[in-house]
Amino acid sequence: MTSLYDLPGARRFEVASTDGVRLACVEAGNPAGPTVLLLHGYPDTKEVWADVAARLADRYRIVAYDVRGAGESSRPDATSAYALHRLTDDFEHVLDAVAPDGRVHLVGHDWGSVQSWEFVTTRRTAERVASFTTVSGPSLDHLALVTREGLARPTPKRLSRNVEQLFRSWYVYALHMPVVPELAWRGVLGKHWPAMMARSEKTLGPPEPSLPEDAAFGAKLYRANVRHRMAAPRHDAIAEMPVQLVVPDRDKFLAKRLYDELDRFAPHLTRRQVSGGHWVPRTRPDLMARWIGEFVDQVEQHGTAKPATAAATLASKGRKARRDEANRRRFAGQLAVITGAGSGIGRATALSLAEAGARLVLVDRDAASAERTVDLAQVLGAAEAYAETVDVSDAEAMEQLAAKVRATHGVPDLVVNNAGIGIAGSFLDTSPEEWKRTLDVNLWGVIHGCRLFGAMMVERGQGGHIVNTASAAAFQPSKGLPAYSTSKAAVLMLSECLRAEFASHGIGVTAICPGFVATGITGATRFVGTSAEKERSLREKTTKAYKRRGYGPEKVADAILRAVAENTAVQPVTPEAHAAYAASRFTPRVLRALARVDLPK
Amino acid sequence: MATPLMAARAGVSGPDIDGFRTVQRLAYDCAEAVAAQLRPGVTERQAAAMMRRWLADRGVHDWLHLPFAWFGDRTAFTGFKVPHQFFPTGRRLTEGMPFILDAAPIYQGYTADIGYTSSLGPNRVLDHLLDDLAVHRALIVEAVRAGRTLRQIYLDVDELMARQGYENRHRAYPFGVIAHRVGKISDGTVRPHAFGFGSRALLGLLQDGVRGHREGWSPLWNPRKSSDHPATPGLWAVEPHLGFRGVGAKFEELLVVQEDGDAYWLDDTLPHLRRWAGRGISGSLATGSAPDADPPGETAARAVVATAEAIAKEAV
Repeated sequence: MTSLYDLPGARRFEVASTDGVRLACVEAGNPAGPTVLLLHGYPDTKEVWADVAARLADRYRIVAYDVRGAGESSRPDATSAYALHRLTDDFEHVLDAVAPDGRVHLVGHDWGSVQSWEFVTTRRTAERVASFTTVSGPSLDHLALVTREGLARPTPKRLSRNVEQLFRSWYVYALHMPVVPELAWRGVLGKHWPAMMARSEKTLGPPEPSLPEDAAFGAKLYRANVRHRMAAPRHDAIAEMPVQLVVPDRDKFLAKRLYDELDRFAPHLTRRQVSGGHWVPRTRPDLMARWIGEFVDQVEQHGTAKPATAAATLASKGRKARRDEANRRRFAGQLAVITGAGSGIGRATALSLAEAGARLVLVDRDAASAERTVDLAQVLGAAEAYAETVDVSDAEAMEQLAAKVRATHGVPDLVVNNAGIGIAGSFLDTSPEEWKRTLDVNLWGVIHGCRLFGAMMVERGQGGHIVNTASAAAFQPSKGLPAYSTSKAAVLMLSECLRAEFASHGIGVTAICPGFVATGITGATRFVGTSAEKERSLREKTTKAYKRRGYGPEKVADAILRAVAENTAVQPVTPEAHAAYAASRFTPRVLRALARVDLPK
Repeated sequence: MATPLMAARAGVSGPDIDGFRTVQRLAYDCAEAVAAQLRPGVTERQAAAMMRRWLADRGVHDWLHLPFAWFGDRTAFTGFKVPHQFFPTGRRLTEGMPFILDAAPIYQGYTADIGYTSSLGPNRVLDHLLDDLAVHRALIVEAVRAGRTLRQIYLDVDELMARQGYENRHRAYPFGVIAHRVGKISDGTVRPHAFGFGSRALLGLLQDGVRGHREGWSPLWNPRKSSDHPATPGLWAVEPHLGFRGVGAKFEELLVVQEDGDAYWLDDTLPHLRRWAGRGISGSLATGSAPDADPPGETAARAVVATAEAIAKEAV
């Protein structure tokens, strides 16, 4: 772990604030770039931003300071010295020192974000903030107003939200006890906290030596503000600048639903959803730096956050619009590698991710169709899209692909091992060559993808997700599809094992089991034990039947994106796949009987 | 080729061609004029009425069908299950929304059936679709010239769409037609229409249908067995319709098929052709040579699709 002081051009300086407090500040990075001011939370110091700052330093001027009571800044004894208006004074003094004329892009985490809400809604400081990125730190005023509404005009939704947050805020009540928190932090808790963090949040790196004192003094932040603001919230706390809200989906201390009405208080709101816990600046620095950088760039360029894309405005209201918004929150700026992206489910997944603004590496055996998907993805608003021509069964080519992706685009956040081929016909008709080819593509292709990209994800230590396309044939035996079903069952089990292994690294693994979906696979399926003529007619018939079934790959893409967002282990897609999945668990005999049925010829 | 096809009534002569061209131009002028007047907030019904009034003012009193207008994701017929959903609704136009205007006026006995796709302000997705329609226009005329059956051509177009990554949306039309024949309508004083369709034009189509049924051809061009014959001489209103993630695009214009099996698009000065020319996309296959006469099924399809793709690549 690097320190902020190790960044290129780092300069330490102190700023004198009111009531004699001295604030330890650091400035680093590209002095010509826009100024990004990073504000830490409780019980951290500015070093919580070190990993993110390291990724932003080459393009932005980074400023960070220790909030009073933390790190190298002074620690006033009086609780009243930690009131929000004092913190606003501090912020103003730092602004005077680092950006006397210009504006800064403010980024706050936890209590850094709570106090930032005060800065961006207080006139003397708000006009000096160009944009605000808030991570895991709601405004106390908004929290109070929303909670009161839940009590004054209760609905089941509002009540359950209030109750959820009531429980998640246990630590706030604890910090209001006199003396006990200080004793705990200076004693047992301070000693074991770093280990607890490393275990539960997977944060990396050694703790700050000042932790016990930071945490003990920081308790005064809560005592000086929470009760007062909850009792008398400001009604005019509206943030007029573009605001980017980053919501971790496993935050132990904050309910996700808390932010559902935030656009009332921040009209120019962009919402992002990240897979991770409360300390995402520590655990997901790549993604955080990307989102902060993109947001700052947009505001610098357009003076506002990017308007919704053409495709987005076309979306009719209702379920589709909500789904698109959810995808944008989750996948914007993420790097996805998709194999078999030239057609069918791969292409549909690529396009859904493109609509969400992801960065795409699209792999297919057929160069032209991969290029075509890239074209379409760009039209739909992909942040970036590149085509790669690789046969997934070729271990060497896959290794080259992985190395190239890492070198040019970085470690992927999402890998969809989708490439597969169809083969039908009885076991005795299937030759060893046909077995080999099927397993090479359907199983080895997935193994290569998981092995190479999985290793990268583990090494990076910032989570990620792998999706493997299995099939309903993975749990529905059939005498007509022995080779295909075997390869897909292997993919299903591989995914389950991998999921167990990668869970401790925060990497999710999902097996998708589509069912009968109208894609190009039927037109290219090998029907063993038939003449060329017969094979062609079987292909035509199957394709026609699948078309009549009418289940498009777009719906599978939706299911994939939803499964990634929810980290589902096994995701059957079509109703028949759901039925087969249920039957495989509760009444396997039914499936065995079905397995004996002749496929229509 | 089967002889009965040659017996199919072409129903058109030299001067008639000019008549069809005139009414087709009139219809496209109407679409352009109405499109220029569209503003945010206009409904589909209003747009359809504007077209109807514009054409009525210029002497059109009979219709193959009354004008249609589709806005937004209705351009891709999203969620269309029953035919009445084609009729104009109260859907309002907003900035960036794609729209399709479709009119089929009958003027001095000549029928046109046109489709005009555009958007209110720029729309990147629609631009892409419209560009990619050029190759379909080239493919269709080339395949007709090569003597491929209508069913085969329909499937060629399907394959090309699949490769382009688009959905076939003309399958949503009644009978799933990509095209239908149009002919001359004798002038009459009574011009009844029901459910938006002019009864006399429909009657013509019905007569064609009965006659075709007897002789082994169909005035409707779809992937069914009844269309498994080369194009019959006469005029076909062809309307390939692409759909892509809630955006639809089509053109519809008349294809002239001659007695000797040769074919050409009636008019090369239509708005979509001007648009392609402006963007440097070649909308015609005139430079390419036809594939060998009647090669066995799949090779021919490949040849045609390959030619079409070559053109598409050149263009894009």
